[in-house]
Amino acid sequence: MTATQAGEARAGVEVRLEDLRRSYAGVTALDGLSLTLAPGELVALLGPSGCGKTTAMRLVAGLEEANSGRVMFGGRDVTGLPANKRDVGMVFQAYSLFPHMAAWENVAFGLQIRHVATGERKQRALDMLELVGLGKYANRYPSQLSGGQQQRVALARALAIRPQVLLLDEPLSALDAKVRSRLRDEIRRVQLEVGITTLFVTHDQEEALAIADRVGVMQSGRLEQLGPPTEIYSRPATPFVADFVGLTNRMRGDVGGGAIKIRGASIPLVHPDVPDGPAIALVRPEAVSLVTDGEIEEGPLVGTVIAVVFLGAVSRVTVDLGDATVLAQMQTSAASQTPAGTKVRLAFRNDPVLIQREEQAAPASA
Amino acid sequence: MNRSRRIKLQVFRSAVFLVMGVFFLVPIAAMFEFSTRGNSVTAPRTMEAWTNIIKTPDLVDAIIASLELAAITSIAMLVLLLPTMVWVRLRLPRLNRIVEFICLLPLTIPAIALVVGLFPISRWMRINISDSILMLSFFYLILVMPYSYRALDAGLAAIDIKTLSEAARSLGAGWGTVMLRVIVPNMSSAILNACLLSVAVVLGEYTFANLLTYENLQVAIAYVGLVSAGTSIAVAVASLLFAFVLLMVLSFVGRPRERMARAEETIVAPESRILPLRDSYIGVQK
Repeated sequence: MTATQAGEARAGVEVRLEDLRRSYAGVTALDGLSLTLAPGELVALLGPSGCGKTTAMRLVAGLEEANSGRVMFGGRDVTGLPANKRDVGMVFQAYSLFPHMAAWENVAFGLQIRHVATGERKQRALDMLELVGLGKYANRYPSQLSGGQQQRVALARALAIRPQVLLLDEPLSALDAKVRSRLRDEIRRVQLEVGITTLFVTHDQEEALAIADRVGVMQSGRLEQLGPPTEIYSRPATPFVADFVGLTNRMRGDVGGGAIKIRGASIPLVHPDVPDGPAIALVRPEAVSLVTDGEIEEGPLVGTVIAVVFLGAVSRVTVDLGDATVLAQMQTSAASQTPAGTKVRLAFRNDPVLIQREEQAAPASA
Repeated sequence: MNRSRRIKLQVFRSAVFLVMGVFFLVPIAAMFEFSTRGNSVTAPRTMEAWTNIIKTPDLVDAIIASLELAAITSIAMLVLLLPTMVWVRLRLPRLNRIVEFICLLPLTIPAIALVVGLFPISRWMRINISDSILMLSFFYLILVMPYSYRALDAGLAAIDIKTLSEAARSLGAGWGTVMLRVIVPNMSSAILNACLLSVAVVLGEYTFANLLTYENLQVAIAYVGLVSAGTSIAVAVASLLFAFVLLMVLSFVGRPRERMARAEETIVAPESRILPLRDSYIGVQK
């Protein structure tokens, strides 16, 4: 049997969350969340701690009850169903394998609950372990598996029952960086192979952007923006999204004629129809480049490199403009031309930027 | 750890083990010696006191009754405490302190006060339900609660009960299945410890039984002691040995199975099968 057969690729169902609300002792955790996952889609909910993303997932799983709103699986209202009747598979942040069962017994647990015959149960469990690359570890106990392996078994266990929906609650956060990145790719591969509708919760932007078809950024129980990873990163809808996803330079300027003028340089706006006046532009470090050619005369965009941080293929350069510092991100080969102490002139890519008004902004860098 | 330090530690452990062994075994050996004395100083050793145990019907009945009480109390304790403690931990954590207080309360009340307080209930039960000695198990349940609570609480604290039960629930398990197939197997040692403590308390209980005019093992030993000190001591040694053997058996049964191998075993991760990712932007780590 092949891994695909083991996963029994099934058409994913549409998952719809309608105006979900949940509060705890007067504190609102989820404030009218509405979200639709297309069949087979992987949506990542991203946000800081306490933004309501885990609450949303627990409501979908049936582990908690919503104060109001509905959860629909394939057009069927499952809001009132308890967790064990929802037909979801879930992988938890904490290691959740049953310590007294071997890997294959863990995977077969849900099948046993469903009264699948012993022979078929074991075969399906072994097939699922093959799918996650742990076929030869079937007889190992959780204490004999590494963290990454345990989470893979948990994924196999969640998928073995052929659930309608897969829920992943920060399944990688307890792992070290290398294993996390490897397992992230593995989860995506398996999800695509099985074709199951998946909700993935994380506070790690890199994880969310790398794995998801669409990313939903949450804040204070609300969905700030939902869109493909590229859109979330390069066209953030709100200052919070711009700030939370990736690094952002906050630079003072003056809005006028659909653009913002920063230290003499004009950059177009994402939303050009805003009133004129002073504002703070949110500029990505990679939209900032450094000019070193020829004689650099003093000017508002001229500064001195004070630090170069090597990040591998790219490097991050900090430039001191005298009254502010600006981050620029570029290829490491380019950054090597501007060691600390080099005089440089800043140039901005012509990408539209978001702005924030002074009164709603945190202190800006320029 | 270097070799000389290891040897010192081993010597220290052996010394502690020896001292503790002497502390426990010398009184028992002395009791045994006393129970095998003849009727006079010059009389030869005899096992008459020991054979008297099975020749005394009241004593045999009391032993059987105490064993039955121990079994009933242990089962009742588990049925009452375990689901309550699990439920409080999972769904009503704010009640944890209150449940703990209630369970530990019998420790702070003298047995005589408990008996006086429970006497009307005992009388009512004797008239309306049964006069059997097994009714004592209701009162013993109260007595064993503090010890059993502590043992079960330690077991529950050792596992991530919330995640395990949620994982089982998400796989389709009802609460009964969660309890019997996930929680109980993962705290078998704690359950056995709680049972052992219950058995020890019940087998050693005297005040309740005596004041409520039931004849359990300790009451029977006291009565036998009035007519034959040797037999009384022989029964006491036998009950101590029984508790000791029971402890060994429970320790053996409760030991994690061989298949649950050591966590420190080095595992080599299998090669990852990574497919190329689709184009996507990677956010800059803040």
